[in-house]
Amino acid sequence: MNGLGAELWQAVVVCFAAVFTNNILLTTFLGMCPFTSVSREVRTAAGLGGAVVFVMTFTCLLNWMAYHWILVPLGLEFFRFILFIIIIAAFVQVVEMILDRFSPRLYQNLGIFLPLITVNCAILGASLFMVIREYSLIVTIGYGFGSGLGWLLAILAMAGIRQRFNESRVPAGLQGPGITLIIAGLMALAFIGFTGVLS
Amino acid sequence: MVLEIIRDVLAVSSTAAFLTLILVVCEGLILNYGSCEVMINGSRKETVQGGKSLLSSLQEKKIFIPSACGGRGTCGVCKVKVLEGGGPLLPTETPLLTKQEQQAGVRLSCQVKVRGPLAIEIPEELFRVRQYQARCSRIEDLTYDMKRFTFELTEPDTIPFTAGQYVQLRCPPYKGSREEVMRAYSIASDPLENRRIDLIIRRVPKGICTTWCFEYLREGDPVSFTGPFGDFYLRDTQTPKLFIAGGSGIAPFVSILWQMKHADDGRQTVFFFGANRTEDLCLLDEMKAFEQALPNFRFVPVVARPAPESRWSGQTGLVTEAVQRSFERLDGWEGYLCGGPGMIEAAIRVLRQMGIPDEKIYYDKFA
Repeated sequence: MNGLGAELWQAVVVCFAAVFTNNILLTTFLGMCPFTSVSREVRTAAGLGGAVVFVMTFTCLLNWMAYHWILVPLGLEFFRFILFIIIIAAFVQVVEMILDRFSPRLYQNLGIFLPLITVNCAILGASLFMVIREYSLIVTIGYGFGSGLGWLLAILAMAGIRQRFNESRVPAGLQGPGITLIIAGLMALAFIGFTGVLS
Repeated sequence: MVLEIIRDVLAVSSTAAFLTLILVVCEGLILNYGSCEVMINGSRKETVQGGKSLLSSLQEKKIFIPSACGGRGTCGVCKVKVLEGGGPLLPTETPLLTKQEQQAGVRLSCQVKVRGPLAIEIPEELFRVRQYQARCSRIEDLTYDMKRFTFELTEPDTIPFTAGQYVQLRCPPYKGSREEVMRAYSIASDPLENRRIDLIIRRVPKGICTTWCFEYLREGDPVSFTGPFGDFYLRDTQTPKLFIAGGSGIAPFVSILWQMKHADDGRQTVFFFGANRTEDLCLLDEMKAFEQALPNFRFVPVVARPAPESRWSGQTGLVTEAVQRSFERLDGWEGYLCGGPGMIEAAIRVLRQMGIPDEKIYYDKFA
């Protein structure tokens, strides 16, 4: 019981760290493509962010099981890149079907970015990090959820900022992705500040 | 060693197979909407398989909503009024619908997916629309870039239509165009002779369907089209009528003039036909025959820039300028326009200035 309690506590800590100090988007700059292109509107950004949280949590969990229960016993660890991608692709397909059926509006809003979650490097990145860092199953769930939450937080903040500067005069050469990347850089600097708070 | 390789390959491929199986099962469970009932105009009930677009579901039930882009959501022609069901307005539809249309529940039928019971409203005449199989029996040059195509119907063998209506010609995939497209062309033949239709088509540079018609379609080839569509027809009022057309916009008027000839129509009618150069004029003999048959009909060809050697003695300049020169005012007239968007807009402006109210100006605009 004590072991489980410690593991749960570790999962919470890892989850927190993944949201703030080790934010997958702002510290490793993974998943930048949808981050710059779907962050124009808070509503859509929240939709995509929610989808990422969901997909990331479950793919981390599924990938952990596939890795530790299939690949490690067979000595096929090198195969993880392909297997992870296949699992992510299949899972996204299912999510796509569910959204199409139950939330057509979100489905339309996400458009091409929903299938693109499959090749969102943050999703694969999270699964690979969890292997490298040798997380246990419970910690992996916390890590996947936290990473997704961190991504959601970052894209929400970005969408909020971008909605605000819709009315401000951005120099012509910086409009669009240019200013978005500069803001992403500033946000990354701000998130580094959290490291100090936690330690 | 060999065993190990076989075992590993089996393990990986069976994982993939398992995932595929899950996907197939999910598709069957989640995307299965069952059969859905579509109530049309409060009277006709159709049961369709859910999951497809409203446009293609209706097509399967032989109800043909006009669509120019073939269901890609770019042309905005396939509008229908959705009274119940249909879900929220999609972002792909908003750019093609006006504020009033959005409030009235108008949707693009190619974007609305049938997910449950629906109640829709469509113009009654769409029930008359059918799919026709025909054979191209004659191709005739009218000018250097306009041809008249005659299609003899094979199945069904007659098409009831009102003069001025159009059909959607199916252009099959060919070298240079990989997918099937539908394009609208006005019927340019006698509505009484409804075993065949004529279409007058002007070559559009790089046009998908016109290129096919001009370069691939041969006499004797099978063609198919849906129709008739449109509410561009001669109104049954006693007021004098002004027709204005440019280029292949002459097509619906040929049909309308046949109808007038059969009815011995005595109403005052003037037809201004605009062309760039004298080479662009066509059907002059047929128009002369209509002038002789109809005592109050006058045909006025207008050539914008006649070459000096053509010795053109008729009206020159823009077709709208010719109208302004010929009439002081047009109060109490009706205007009928057919041609490209630029000509239509210019003509509407001029007719409005000359005293024809907007609701008396009817037009068939093609982009």
